Amino acid sequence: MQTLDFQKMENIERSASRKRTFYRWLLFITLGIFALYYLAPLYVMIITSLKSMEEIRQGNLMTLPGEIIFDSWKTAWSGRDGIDAGNVFLRPFFWNSIKMVVPAVAISTFFGALNGYALTKWRFRGDNLVFLLFLFGCFIPYQAILLPMARTLGLLGISNSISGLVLVHTVYGLSFTTLFFRNYYISIPDEMIKAARIDGAGFFKIFFKVLLPISAPIIVVTVIWQFTGIWNDFLFGSSFSFGEAAPIQVALNNMVLTSTSVKEYNVDMAAAFIAGIPTLLVYVLAGKYFIRGLTAGSVKG
Amino acid sequence: MFYWLQKNLPKIVLGPSFVVILWFVYGFVLWTFYISLTKSKMLPRYEFWGFEQHFRLWSSPRWFNAVENLLIFTVLFVGICLLIGIILSILLDQKIRAEGFLRTVYLYPMALSFIVTGTAWKWMLNPSMGIEKLFTDWGFTDFTFDWLVNRDMSIYTIVIAAVWQSSGFVMALFLAGLRSIDDEIVKAAKIDGASLYSIYITIMLPMMRPVFMSSIVILLHISIKSYDLVIALTAGGPGISSDMPAVFMTQMAFHRSEIGLASASAVMMFLTVLAIVVPYLYSELRRQDANT
Repeated sequence: MQTLDFQKMENIERSASRKRTFYRWLLFITLGIFALYYLAPLYVMIITSLKSMEEIRQGNLMTLPGEIIFDSWKTAWSGRDGIDAGNVFLRPFFWNSIKMVVPAVAISTFFGALNGYALTKWRFRGDNLVFLLFLFGCFIPYQAILLPMARTLGLLGISNSISGLVLVHTVYGLSFTTLFFRNYYISIPDEMIKAARIDGAGFFKIFFKVLLPISAPIIVVTVIWQFTGIWNDFLFGSSFSFGEAAPIQVALNNMVLTSTSVKEYNVDMAAAFIAGIPTLLVYVLAGKYFIRGLTAGSVKG
Repeated sequence: MFYWLQKNLPKIVLGPSFVVILWFVYGFVLWTFYISLTKSKMLPRYEFWGFEQHFRLWSSPRWFNAVENLLIFTVLFVGICLLIGIILSILLDQKIRAEGFLRTVYLYPMALSFIVTGTAWKWMLNPSMGIEKLFTDWGFTDFTFDWLVNRDMSIYTIVIAAVWQSSGFVMALFLAGLRSIDDEIVKAAKIDGASLYSIYITIMLPMMRPVFMSSIVILLHISIKSYDLVIALTAGGPGISSDMPAVFMTQMAFHRSEIGLASASAVMMFLTVLAIVVPYLYSELRRQDANT
């Protein structure tokens, strides 16, 4: 009798654990399918860029290249030797984007840090309203400022130039950078500031000697956020620049739209990948900070 | 003097940024609003014309078409992103070994620009050489997939690419929310004999109302502003079948010399965002005040 019961229990346990393994497998398979779904476009992009047009026409999206060739990468980056003047390639525009991103990120981050500091550690009457006005700047649809901005850039004599784009990105980045630093500094105990003030440190000394040294994480988050946003921007780039002053996303779009006699999908994919590499790299190397920026930017206030 | 400077230094430091924001955000929005009340065509004209441009806007079939597309897009985009995001976050919450890797994979599209995404999807959705050919090669010889060039379906291609890009983000938000729930609550429910499924549906998801709120606001915001992806994927076509308000606005402003009408449409976009964001910010700030 007892042995029988024992057997029964073992059976129940075994079936329960079998059920658990089954669900475990189901879970992994579902997660795996989703992973494939997210990775598929990247896979297609890369293998298409490594095929010849001949092979693209013969095979399909998923077929691996029979022979790996890097010609499309070269064409996308530096053009084809000696042919057509209308030939668009990415190299000059890549540098345009670098020249635009570096100053815009640096300036907006610096002012964001100062603003966040002034708003949290030197409270004054109406500071919350000031912050709210900054905060709302994160949300405005940029269509509502495009036309006056175009006119302003014209009046300043910097329309269709890198400096114009630096100005635009700095101005509209301020809301985000101020928000990030404000939310970070508000969690730092005021006692630290008070102690420094008793020691006779002033506004800037406290900022540079007390706060900045402990701001590394939020600086990384802000720089990544701004870098990604500005590098990936298309609306400002396409509204305020054309021709030689365009940033890379605009150039990529032009390249894909330019319909020469034959559409070269391999070159398009290589170009798209090149335009995506910098932000992808940042994401892979500093994903943690990237995600923190996303969630900080979302749970605002 | 020195004392005054010390005392007012924070305001002096904030000053330039604040003036810049006032001018470039609020001043420009007001300027756009005023231009929408004038007859401006190619250049701004400042004689007041009343709400004529707004009447013109709302009697334009092209604008209606753009708004209708935006509605279709928004409902599907927000709904599907939420669904995929929630499912993935719950699945990832099961103490998976490769969680870090999977999270990275699900979220990487957010690092790409909409132009890159659009270019890649445009190729995959290519009516003769893309997914259609893949399936015919796999033996589904009758398979057709021409949404990209089909007037009735082109708007859905934008949904496909946009969901691919943004659903991982919702996953990240919800996963963070799930992780912040106290373990004790789950344990107590388990002891009471609740199944895992019902714990999520009846206990954990209802606790994540703030996460729902932020996700929905962000997704709505993305969808109202969607411009790049439309340009890269369909350029609003075929015809104007996948046009959206943001595309309409830039078309009128930069190609049709209708800056009055463009401004009117921009004002509509602005008001829509205002209607979504102001209540959200209000409730967020109140929640914070309650916490402190």
